[in-house]
Amino acid sequence: MQREMIERAKALLADGTVNRVIGWKAGEFDYDITPAVFTTAEELDAGFLYNDLCAANLSKYLIKESRKEGKILAFLKPCDTYSFSQLLKEHRIWRDHVYVIGVPCEGKVDVDTVKSKGITGICSMRCDGETVRVETLYGEESIKKDEAMADRCLNCKSKKHVVYDELMGEEGDVLDSHRFDMVEKLENMTPDERFAFWRGELSRCIRCNACRNVCPACTCEKCVFDNDASGIAQKAAVDSFEENMFHIIRAFHVAGRCTDCGECSRVCPQNIPLHLLNRKFIKDIDELYGEYQAGADPDTKPPLNTFTQEDAEPSVIYERGGNK
Amino acid sequence: MDRETLIPQVGVVTDIRQDTPDVKTFRVVGLDGKKLFEHIPGQCAMVSVPGVGEGMFSITSSPTNEAYMEFSIKKCGCLTSWLHMIEPDQQVTVRGPYGNGFPVESALKGKDLLFIAGGIGLAPLRSVINYVRDKRENYGKVQIVYGSRSKEDLVDYQEIINEWMKDDGVEVFLTIDREQEGWDGHVGFVPNYVKELNPDLGLTVLMCGPPIMIKFTLAGLKELGFKETQVYTTMELRMKCGVGKCGRCNIGNKYVCKDGPVFRFDQLDELPSEY
Amino acid sequence: MLKLPIAKLDEFFAAIAAKETLYLPVDNEGGQAQYKEWKEGVSLSRALNTVRSAKDFFFPQTENLMEFKTQGKAIEVIDSRKESEDFVIFGVRACDARSFTILDKVFLVDPVDTYYKTRREHGTIISLACTRPEETCFCPLFGIDATEPEGDMRGWMTEDALYLEPVTEKGTALAQALGDLLEDADAAPVEEQKENTKKILEKLPFSKLDMEEFNGDNLLKLFDSPKWAGLSEACLGCGTCTFVCPTCQCYDIRDFNTGHGIQRFRCWDSCMYSDFTRMAHGNPRLTQLERFRQRFMHKLVYFPSNNDGEYGCVGCGRCLSKCPISMNIVKVIKTLGEDK
Repeated sequence: MQREMIERAKALLADGTVNRVIGWKAGEFDYDITPAVFTTAEELDAGFLYNDLCAANLSKYLIKESRKEGKILAFLKPCDTYSFSQLLKEHRIWRDHVYVIGVPCEGKVDVDTVKSKGITGICSMRCDGETVRVETLYGEESIKKDEAMADRCLNCKSKKHVVYDELMGEEGDVLDSHRFDMVEKLENMTPDERFAFWRGELSRCIRCNACRNVCPACTCEKCVFDNDASGIAQKAAVDSFEENMFHIIRAFHVAGRCTDCGECSRVCPQNIPLHLLNRKFIKDIDELYGEYQAGADPDTKPPLNTFTQEDAEPSVIYERGGNK
Repeated sequence: MDRETLIPQVGVVTDIRQDTPDVKTFRVVGLDGKKLFEHIPGQCAMVSVPGVGEGMFSITSSPTNEAYMEFSIKKCGCLTSWLHMIEPDQQVTVRGPYGNGFPVESALKGKDLLFIAGGIGLAPLRSVINYVRDKRENYGKVQIVYGSRSKEDLVDYQEIINEWMKDDGVEVFLTIDREQEGWDGHVGFVPNYVKELNPDLGLTVLMCGPPIMIKFTLAGLKELGFKETQVYTTMELRMKCGVGKCGRCNIGNKYVCKDGPVFRFDQLDELPSEY
Repeated sequence: MLKLPIAKLDEFFAAIAAKETLYLPVDNEGGQAQYKEWKEGVSLSRALNTVRSAKDFFFPQTENLMEFKTQGKAIEVIDSRKESEDFVIFGVRACDARSFTILDKVFLVDPVDTYYKTRREHGTIISLACTRPEETCFCPLFGIDATEPEGDMRGWMTEDALYLEPVTEKGTALAQALGDLLEDADAAPVEEQKENTKKILEKLPFSKLDMEEFNGDNLLKLFDSPKWAGLSEACLGCGTCTFVCPTCQCYDIRDFNTGHGIQRFRCWDSCMYSDFTRMAHGNPRLTQLERFRQRFMHKLVYFPSNNDGEYGCVGCGRCLSKCPISMNIVKVIKTLGEDK
């Protein structure tokens, strides 16, 4: 697939359809892949990469890239297209300046997951069908691919591309995932248990803002957490509870717009399962307003931005909060 | 016992002078009525209003003034807007002095001096000018070129016409950007005025003003034959600690708060142009 | 050389904790290690290193500096620091142990940062030699010996024993206070462990990077390199690298209205953040390129030029494994180093 993508990118550069290509660039090991913009065939040959380790969602970069001169070619995985489509809906990306090629995704190997299985000193890694072969400083190891993937891929919501100009490889379908299982588990906890769970997780936050900065739904020109006058500016962790508020406020703000791409959890240096907060909102929206997948299509009205007489009454809070 | 660098002293604002529509000069003494600390011309201090913020300001009064310190502050952001609303007897906190200051007792001693200032850029130079005026015997002739948007925007105008202009051996050249009723002085931008005046190449230059003025004036001076080694300026970047540790006011490997704010242009040449 | 049978490790921790607060790396819910206070039942993490570095102990993410009480036009400044207590940090790796020396060069040079200094004086460091370095480790590049870490006391953990060697007066005092627990021992097992670890250290991919370009003579050339644009292109502008870094020490000072007064506190700041240098009238580092460049120029050029050539990096590899876009100091060194 990588070879074909490079050839196609070169052709589109050569015929002037695009003047840049955004994709993934190889690093020092197989897993340390960086999003990058390529402008020449030579650059593509030298560093362009696409494999089961290219995890980054490139959609958010297109906000800035699409505002530049000329058209950019973007290779988007199925779940990236949801973010892209949602950003189009929010008028954040200039569609005319992007040429989208949908590329298939069989689920991405997550190096942190591999490391969590006790494999350390990883110098190289490659996917061999359902097996991931790892070379380490301490010898060779192998691990089954589904043990090497993060939750977002194990519970993939869709292998279908919702926006593209061109497709490469086989098109997939929307999947029946188990992505709300963990949310259900949390819902079934007592409020005290749930509070303890989240305090435990969020207490590790170092307020690095990686989750916010990577999030394709976080596109405010100026974030409230960067506003000195707000009293909650980014670095000011006056007490540990503020860290919790940061994530809760962020989850509220992306509710109805979060496509569940899972980048927040992927980039968190402290392995906080942030995607669970967003999934809770998605599940609630599904239950209260009918099934809704942000980014799935350009037309469906977002339930939190539209009013219908059938909308849930405020009393729902009491009912669902346990005060039935 | 180490000196506490981040914990400030309390100062009392004893007098507030409206200098221009957006510049006020604040006179500050300690709670005991005495000057808070000694300084070198060109040094700065962190002035703060608790709960609002803390900012680095040039001490505009001369060290020869034994009674108080003064800060000329332009209304610009959050802290300065707040300061512009206070009334005399308001307490603020002050810590310092910070930075190197101008080399008034070394490199500048015995020299003929040319001061070039634009707008609020006069504030750090005023400290040197008054120091030199008070120690007249240590310095040669003094020329001051000062420009502003309008007559009303000339900081310390009263002091300039009532004191500086009357001093022997001090020449003051004022200019404003645009023609204005009641102004019969020079009209035009500082860089051009400096070129028109064609100053003596033996002068040592001390310059402060908006970046654009500095850029063009420096170019003009070089055209006239001045060397970068004879031109000093004073810099301003965002600061938090004042002691070279919080990490944000650096230009290359120099911290403006500690190694500056006064630099000679040949020194700046060796540093990245990130200011 | 002193020795403690591994079976007595808990007893050893308990003995220290009975005297002073003891912190050590412990596995957390995220499956990674972090420093926590030792209490009965807490066990030492087997992870190579903690996600957050040990700098927290001396330069915490947030700390209160002072309080202000205001009444009318009057202000009262209150130094609200409490008496500091002694503490012991166990399990500091060689990289983090060296990072303290680098932080000292910032906080303990004139004018001394008294907040930092007090903590430094009260802390005793028991470092622990590495046995299983990660591929991201490159401390040898900075002359750090992972098998012989700095610290007040250094330790080597083998299958059956913890070997300890007091280095400083503080370390010797602690060893004496632990008296009976520790027995004199032959250093042979330690030497064997060192040999084995050194074989792995030899294999580390980044331990011999070419640093010639960063010899202190190229400040402007490096600053003006056109390569910063590509290197910084995908940077998210988050603070992950700076916050997990053991030598990053930039901070912000802020005020917080508690309702009873004003609390002035200091907190970590990041040169990667857009508001780091923003002033009311402008910002000298307008784009992520300038911010990104600042971080690496500081570590590789500015800091060494002010500190006898010592780099502001200890090769712990945290930024390598934690950067969301996998951009890091090694890639910067390699990319810019090509231009010599």
